[in-house]
Amino acid sequence: MLIAVILGFIFAILVSFFSRFFKKAIPFVYSLLPLSLFIFFLQFLGEIKSKGHILFHYQWIPSLGIDLSFRLDGLSLLFALMITGIGALVFIYTTYYLKGHKYLDRFYGYLSMFMASMLGVVLSDNLMSMFIFWELTSISSYFLIGFNNEDPASRKSALTALSITGFGGLVMLSGIILLQAVGGSYSFTELLNSSEIIKNSTSYGWIIALFFVGAFTKSAQFPFHFWLPGAMKAPTPVSTYLHSATMVKAGIYLLARFTPLLGDTFWWNSTLITVGAVTMVYAAIHSVLRVDLKSILAYSTISALGILVFLIGIGTEKALLAAGIFILAHALYKAALFLITGIIDHETGSRDVTKLAGLQQVMMPVAVAGFIAALSSAGVPLLLGFISKEVMYEATLQFGNWAIILTALAVLTKILLLVAGFWAGIKPFTGALPEEFKKAKLPSPLLWVPPLLLGIMSLGFGAFPSLIGQTLIQPVFSSISGTDTVIQLKLWHGFNLVLILSIFTLVSGGALYWFLKPSKEIFQKTLRFESISPQNIIESGSKIFASFAGIWTRFFQNGYLRNYVITILAFLTLLMAYRLFGGVNIYVDWEQISPVSHYEIIVVVLMIISILFAISTNSRSVSIVALGVVGFANCLFFLFYSAPDLAMTQFSIDTLTVLLFMLVLVKLPKNKQYSSKGIKVRDAVLSLMFGTLIAILTLEVFEEPSSYEVSKYFADNAYLLAKGRNVVNVILVDYRGFDTMIETVVLVIAAVGVYSLIKLDLNPSKKDL
Amino acid sequence: MKSLIFKTASTYLLPLLLLFSIFILLRGHYLPGGGFVGGLMAAIAFLIHSFAFGLKETQKIIKINPGYLMPIGLFFAVGAAMAPYFIGAPILKGLWFEEPFRFIGMVGSALFFDIGVYLVVIGATLTIMFSLTDTV
Amino acid sequence: MEILLIIIIGLLHAGGLYMLLRRSMFKMIIGLILLGNGANLLIFLLGRLVKGHPPVIEDGMKVFADIYADPVPQALVLTAIVIGFGLQSFAIILIKRVYNVLHTDDLDELNSTDEEI
Repeated sequence: MLIAVILGFIFAILVSFFSRFFKKAIPFVYSLLPLSLFIFFLQFLGEIKSKGHILFHYQWIPSLGIDLSFRLDGLSLLFALMITGIGALVFIYTTYYLKGHKYLDRFYGYLSMFMASMLGVVLSDNLMSMFIFWELTSISSYFLIGFNNEDPASRKSALTALSITGFGGLVMLSGIILLQAVGGSYSFTELLNSSEIIKNSTSYGWIIALFFVGAFTKSAQFPFHFWLPGAMKAPTPVSTYLHSATMVKAGIYLLARFTPLLGDTFWWNSTLITVGAVTMVYAAIHSVLRVDLKSILAYSTISALGILVFLIGIGTEKALLAAGIFILAHALYKAALFLITGIIDHETGSRDVTKLAGLQQVMMPVAVAGFIAALSSAGVPLLLGFISKEVMYEATLQFGNWAIILTALAVLTKILLLVAGFWAGIKPFTGALPEEFKKAKLPSPLLWVPPLLLGIMSLGFGAFPSLIGQTLIQPVFSSISGTDTVIQLKLWHGFNLVLILSIFTLVSGGALYWFLKPSKEIFQKTLRFESISPQNIIESGSKIFASFAGIWTRFFQNGYLRNYVITILAFLTLLMAYRLFGGVNIYVDWEQISPVSHYEIIVVVLMIISILFAISTNSRSVSIVALGVVGFANCLFFLFYSAPDLAMTQFSIDTLTVLLFMLVLVKLPKNKQYSSKGIKVRDAVLSLMFGTLIAILTLEVFEEPSSYEVSKYFADNAYLLAKGRNVVNVILVDYRGFDTMIETVVLVIAAVGVYSLIKLDLNPSKKDL
Repeated sequence: MKSLIFKTASTYLLPLLLLFSIFILLRGHYLPGGGFVGGLMAAIAFLIHSFAFGLKETQKIIKINPGYLMPIGLFFAVGAAMAPYFIGAPILKGLWFEEPFRFIGMVGSALFFDIGVYLVVIGATLTIMFSLTDTV
Repeated sequence: MEILLIIIIGLLHAGGLYMLLRRSMFKMIIGLILLGNGANLLIFLLGRLVKGHPPVIEDGMKVFADIYADPVPQALVLTAIVIGFGLQSFAIILIKRVYNVLHTDDLDELNSTDEEI
């Protein structure tokens, strides 16, 4: 199982090696990957049906409670099958669609990386690893959307998508951590047992809010929906794969997955119903206002995602069942529609729905696929879309007081989506073929077989629901609802309200399709409202944020080192001074203080004088000499107080430093007075405060009793263990030998730095002249 | 710096100081001293010589570029640190020969480590100072 | 004696900071060295002052018989001194180099280094 998940990553890494030698073979080799994974997952169908779920466990970071455990149940199996199945079709489709593209190898690398991360999301049992895969899908989607990296619009869309979904992912991470804090585990399977504890905890509201943000951003729910239409800048296979069938469903997956754990509470249901309803209606209206095929599909996808959120929000068994079927139905027909759009675009070079017509004459098989997909999206009987629609209406009708409103919204959405689906799947193929598209011809089967296959599946599953009813939908239903209710999928539900609604939807949708022609004027009119669209609000918000950051940065990072130092130290000094005056007693324990002898006083006085000299003098040489005296005085202190090693080292270093200074700096010009008197006074005051603070702190620390355990251990064992008598040296070369080793490396680096600075020729052009 | 006394003195100072620096290095484990101080002493010895006779003369005496001393020293230090690893002990464990050597005293991995430090310090210091004197 | 040393430590820090805030690069290095000295002395002082008992085990003994100065701060300071030397020499060469290229010692004139050099 682990291999199945990470195989895509391995392939993605291998692509760079492959591309050098067998560039031509990549599309075919890589298409085998999803295909074989699809077969691999198919064989679990039986096992899942009987057992419910299977767990696979791999250790990763046990100390943090993070591992790579995978949970295969109905829901994740459905997603895994969709990911690999549609993946296989898309991979095959791409071999022809992007044939001869310069970066085709790269494209396959991204695609397989995406596929692997998506599999990781749906299979992970551990929430942390799920989050990691989740973010990986965002990243690979970023690469794929920005695949035409020379197009600025493409790059912008990619960045928008990444920032929205990445932001959502981070918010979700905090939700995960909170969930772990409450539930005590990162493992979904273990958390399921503590569902009640979590629901009753005080942070429940926060947890679901954070998870909602993650799910809504990923699944393009209002008001985060706008990245999805932008993401349509990607090549069509990407739109098919990521932005209709799989990635955007990750949010849905998340909600469905957590329904048994977090669901069925007032806030869960009402939030999801509201957001889902708003999204589905809003996007459905938008979808019939567009004229670009891909935009139509993008908005109808958003709307479909809204429907799913809405259904999960309703949360009754019927609704969850409807969601389960609709996930599959939508993936099948929407992917087909996208692929068909890609074919049309590829062959005619146009995606304008107002112009496209009559293509059936030149590409019959594509037209067939388009018809099936459009009809399935409309919910015509015998197709999978019909079953999902029936169950959905049943679910909304059962929802107590709000049944009428919810049903009305669902019907409205469905009608609009029907129109959108017809525009995308039927309109381009019917009517008279315009002159300009006469030259279009039927492309290679590699392009039209995948959508046709999807259409056949829609038809097959729709006409014979028992094909998937028990094997696939039942486990999906059980894992979303957490119950064992046995479901029945039927084509004929009897003559009842639901059927009437269905017929009403079909009739009014058909009528609307007949009367409403896609037109650019209506689209233009809607642009007036763009200024209050969520996209613009968020974008201007981020602009304000960026300019605020700019002002802030310019204020603090003004490029003057001393201003940084002043800011930091003034703050530190004031803070510490506040603490000190706030009740710390400064006292001196005279017992501890050693007596002063006269020669020490001489050294102290010498030191003070030389410090003052070093600061105040204007002559370079004087300050260097003063500095030397400070060093030698230091050396004397070391000597007085039993540190002969230190004294020797300090002495040699001091000599060298003074020599160095003399060698280098004598040739510099005279010191100038740069600063005004006021600044000097200010600096002097600050420095004195800082010095006083340090002195007081030193005194404080000095008065604290300190622990000698380390020193005592070193000293006691110096001879016994390390066979040395000079403890300082033993520490350096034995106890702390590693530090010393690194220190010598630092010294070497300094020497190399000096050497190269001196030998560095900043004006290489001179040599050439 | 062309005084005859200084020149003559430094001729004799160089070997004396070098010998002293080695003495400091070797006794480091038992009495104040060690690789750092020893290295600095030796560097100062060469420096004095270079002041008296000029850089070229000193470089002739050293024969090799002092920069090479740094990797050699690092090799010693790392080698001494890694040596226990090859006989299965933890890295940096002190290893000692059983019997003391004449004049040198006990010899162990710590001594080689110190020699490494000594060489690195000489190399680094001389590199810094010589490359400076070169340009001034 | 400790009190006197503490005063000196304060003075070294104050002087070092004052020099660090000057615009002349040369003075900055002086400040750097003063601060370094102050820090070394501080660490040394916190190991307590012991007169006349270096941390060296006497001949023939295996452990210390008498009191001894704390060896740990000494080892720390020794390291600090040597590293400090590396830092100082690098800084000194750097300002020399800057001076050779830009002919100024004034930090504020370094803000416009984008011109050709």
